Amino acid sequence: MKELLIIAIGSAIVNNVVLSQFLGICPFLGVSKKTETAAGMGGAVIFVITLASFVTGLIYKFILTPCDVQYLQTIVFILVIASLVQFVEMFLRKNMPPLYESLGVYLPLITTNCAVLGVALTNVTKGYGLLEGVVNGLATSVGFFLAIVIMAGIREKIEYNDVPKRFQGTAIVLITASLMSIAFMGFSGMI
Amino acid sequence: MDIVAIAIAAAVVGGTGIFLGFFLGIFGEKFKVEVDEREEAILGVLPGNNCGGCGYAGCSGLAAAIVKGEAPVNQCPVGGAPVASLVGEIMGVAAEEGTRKVAFVKCAGDCEKGKQDYKYSGVEDCAAMAFIPNGGAKSCNYGCLGYGSCVKACPFDAIHIVNGIALVDEEACKACGKCVAACPKNLIELVPYDSKHRVQCNSKDKGKDVMAACSVGCIGCRLCEKNCPQNAVTVTDNVAHIDYEKCTGCGACAEKCPKKIISKAV
Repeated sequence: MKELLIIAIGSAIVNNVVLSQFLGICPFLGVSKKTETAAGMGGAVIFVITLASFVTGLIYKFILTPCDVQYLQTIVFILVIASLVQFVEMFLRKNMPPLYESLGVYLPLITTNCAVLGVALTNVTKGYGLLEGVVNGLATSVGFFLAIVIMAGIREKIEYNDVPKRFQGTAIVLITASLMSIAFMGFSGMI
Repeated sequence: MDIVAIAIAAAVVGGTGIFLGFFLGIFGEKFKVEVDEREEAILGVLPGNNCGGCGYAGCSGLAAAIVKGEAPVNQCPVGGAPVASLVGEIMGVAAEEGTRKVAFVKCAGDCEKGKQDYKYSGVEDCAAMAFIPNGGAKSCNYGCLGYGSCVKACPFDAIHIVNGIALVDEEACKACGKCVAACPKNLIELVPYDSKHRVQCNSKDKGKDVMAACSVGCIGCRLCEKNCPQNAVTVTDNVAHIDYEKCTGCGACAEKCPKKIISKAV
């Protein structure tokens, strides 16, 4: 239990997926203009990463390891994650239209979110079992949610500020992101 | 290189790919959601800006609503009559002739005409003015602040700050209503494109206060109300309103107005 907790806090805050591992930067910069949409994206990512860590964990354990082809993990995980997202999208559209409406726009975007693949591969390199992998996935995506929502909140405030012309747009966002990253470094002593 | 290892690798990756392909194919059929053909056709003729001017979440939302019968075929304010008739064709109903509307800023107090209480330099955003003493530097508390929240909101580049107040480019305006929602002073309304007479003031202050703040403010004298043959003009809260359903454009109000503020912005 204690180990799981350490994994959870470690991946959610200390080794935050966006701010210290620099994964999932694309949606982090792209979908963080409004807190609302950022939260939607974050929610969808939590959903997908948790599911993906479970499925890729299964595949690694029951297909790749017995066949002794662990080196194929990257390509197989990419395949699996992309189809998983597709499947989840179809499933939600049919069975849970309200959830599809709220997540729908973001789900296809997640296919290209490297954080998903990143978590799946981290689970393997750190030798996590199924349960640990899922906890790690959940925590990492919660970390992503945290980062993107904070970012969106800051960006909403930036809108009202007099940003010098050269720094407007992506430039100020990247600077903000790096400052956030430095702030999150403060957690690095925790674990 | 061991040929068996290559075969196993190929089999694993190929097998996974084929399995996933079949898996998605089968479930794609199983979870198929019936999409009305008309919905896709309507989506094809809608402008596709996803501006939300119709009140739905983007063009696809409106297309779905039209097919369900929840929205009229001329709901899209941007496409106007041409799109309405195309949508009407798809739905098999005649499009009702919708009058073209444009956004109109109910203020004429530009830099010369509207007085400023003090000089302001800072964040240029209309909503932020609520936190500034007296609601901004402008003496009139109802008028256009000229910091361009509407300009930022406009997806069609149809509204600009000219000489300190917002001015709508009526040819470019698609009446999507974004600026109406963006204006913290509720200054902007949608009026018929061909209306000639519009009240260019929103001040609910008494006549004396209006005069002190602006040389082109409605003082609520009611001359327009009394002189309108159609009873289309009413003065409520010290500011005149024109009911465009009743207005025939005779111009009696504009003629009698002592401040000459009933007319079209030029």
